[in-house]
Amino acid sequence: MKWDKRDLLGLEQLTKDEIIFILDTADSFKEISTRAIKKVPTLRGKTAVLLFLEPSTRTRVSFELAAKRLSADMVNISASTSSMLKGESLRDTVRNIEAMKVDLVIMRHSMAGAPHRLAGEIEPGVINAGDGCHEHPTQALLDMFTIREKKGRLKGLKVAIIGDISHSRVARSNIWGLTKVGAEVVIAGPPTYIPPYIEKMGVKVKYRVEEAIKGVDVVMVLRIQRERQGKNLIPSLREYRKIFGINRDRLKIAKPDALIMHPGPVNRGIELDPDVADGPQSVILEQVTSGVAIRMAVMYLLSGVKSENPD
Amino acid sequence: MKILIKNGRVVDPANNLDEVRDILIEGDKISAVSKKIGEKIKIIDARGKLVLPGLIDMHVHLREPGREDEETIETGTSAAVHGGFTGIACMPNTTPPIDNAGIVEFILSQAEERGYIQVYPVGAITRGLAGEELSDIGELFSAGVAAISDDGEPVKDGDLMRRALEYARMFNLTVISHCEDKSLSSGGVMNEGFVSTLLGLQGIPQVAEEVAVARDIMLAEMTQSKLHIAHVSTAGSVELVRRAKERGISVSAETAPHYFTLTDEEVRSFSTNTRINPPLRTSLDVEAIKQGLKDGTIDVIATDHAPHTIVEKEMEFSSAPSGIIGLETSFSLVMSELVDEGVLTLREAVARMTVNPAGILGLNKGTLSPGADADITIVDPDAEYTVDAEKFFSKSKNSPFIGRKLKGIVETVIVRGKPVLENGKLR
Repeated sequence: MKWDKRDLLGLEQLTKDEIIFILDTADSFKEISTRAIKKVPTLRGKTAVLLFLEPSTRTRVSFELAAKRLSADMVNISASTSSMLKGESLRDTVRNIEAMKVDLVIMRHSMAGAPHRLAGEIEPGVINAGDGCHEHPTQALLDMFTIREKKGRLKGLKVAIIGDISHSRVARSNIWGLTKVGAEVVIAGPPTYIPPYIEKMGVKVKYRVEEAIKGVDVVMVLRIQRERQGKNLIPSLREYRKIFGINRDRLKIAKPDALIMHPGPVNRGIELDPDVADGPQSVILEQVTSGVAIRMAVMYLLSGVKSENPD
Repeated sequence: MKILIKNGRVVDPANNLDEVRDILIEGDKISAVSKKIGEKIKIIDARGKLVLPGLIDMHVHLREPGREDEETIETGTSAAVHGGFTGIACMPNTTPPIDNAGIVEFILSQAEERGYIQVYPVGAITRGLAGEELSDIGELFSAGVAAISDDGEPVKDGDLMRRALEYARMFNLTVISHCEDKSLSSGGVMNEGFVSTLLGLQGIPQVAEEVAVARDIMLAEMTQSKLHIAHVSTAGSVELVRRAKERGISVSAETAPHYFTLTDEEVRSFSTNTRINPPLRTSLDVEAIKQGLKDGTIDVIATDHAPHTIVEKEMEFSSAPSGIIGLETSFSLVMSELVDEGVLTLREAVARMTVNPAGILGLNKGTLSPGADADITIVDPDAEYTVDAEKFFSKSKNSPFIGRKLKGIVETVIVRGKPVLENGKLR
């Protein structure tokens, strides 16, 4: 398969074959991170800008390592170190990046659609590293990569996603991706966490976690955003834990070999009990490892599109 | 000066007229409308054209004073006359707001000196638009406001809205309500529905508008005052107004061209020219709006012309201000989307842009009766054009209709007997 997309904005825009192609490409990159010298010259001479206009440590570090292991040069612009803050004209941001003559822009933004607007206006490829509550494509890809690695397949698997679906870009990207490759997705949370008409995306909706995880192969637990407390979406974290928290007893309802996944960082003892988070079914740290491989694959593929069109 | 408009198809809903007629203007009044008028004077041949009472837009933001970078009375009225309007009502959310006689006088004198058409200021319901105490409504009335409204913001306090309606009755002033329950809409940037779910943008549910419409209708019934609902966008609001009218409550309603042409699907582009308040709704709402226009539940088509500079609109979707311009596309959208599509007859469409808003604002306008002010709009109903941002006369370019092919070009506009626009050019 020949890769021809310049940007990775979301999994909504990708076909099933493109998704599988990224996962396959990541397979070959994963090995690099296990070597003594974890570096290949693949992207030597290419420059990537990490434009993180919303605080993030894990995703930024993951992209940074991916870039370094591919020998790309990399510049970090984050909200705290630059004047590019929320509210600045998007056009100014765009012009600055254009002027820097870079090959790839990896953008994290607190508002949905910001990378899409950027991609429409600049020459370098754009990777969406999370835009508001919209999409987080590399997270979903690394989740799918991890599932495929552990289960040997994606098609026909049952995946439950538990939590605040309404405000989750991780959930949206996973729903796009998993349904495209033929997995069955059920989402669960209190109705205040379920956005309207989500079933039109091809998922089942359950309000009881026990029904949602019954017999599933994967339990994907979303982080409860403490900063949303006070918006009356749930009465208390305590009650959420009681009704939706994944503990050892509840986990028995899923398949015995069901995977426990979480995009991190885990609120231990709220959405996930510590003994489950650290238990034998948890693949939370494998997700982090997969993340570097996925991001290497994506950067590699997108850079290729550029280099085939020399000036 | 005398002007004779000959051979045009004269559509004057106020007189149940839709026939080829000649119109004679003497001074600032219409002096005769009849089958054949022969006089040696300035003659406008309107063969094949529509001759309409001057269009009236009862919902415009002119931004002056305060935001002259977005629009001025001069540029806004220029945009309006190019769109076929001879009169527009301007909303009070300027800086400072239209909450005292001085600002009303300023706007009227600016309009007189630099404007191209008639401007009818709408006064603020509450002082400073703060929603806390009534503005000096009597003083505003004496200074010449056509209605009162806190448009842009709802009057949150139910008792204050009640008192405004009661007090305005003394002057027979219409209270124009921006219906929005902020506790339900706060933080939202688009319609709440499947598209907001896909985009991860916070939604504004239809009920945020509808509960406010319901409250104000009940207050209008209680106070026996004249209520006008601004920018109706949902099927539920249409139904509430319809039932209120059936029960004889004195309520009127307007919608804007974007609410019968566009849906929330447009937001998928993340174009900030699709960020509007109330937001673009679903196709079901669009159908209900059309039905409401057809059966007369919705009396008026107004633009809610809301200019914003390129700088303001070049933000991320969620941080861009709400609103689009509409004066220059309104009539051709009505022609293309309502009249050509058979939703409204030409007569119904013209009534919603002339005699109906005039009645709500208490203006002796919107008709071609002999003796009426000679405000006349002549359009070529069949001419087509493509909306071009570079050709807007508005100072702002924030239109979601750029690039759209539309029908109906405004050729001549006569304001109180004076041709202001001729063959599409300002005189």
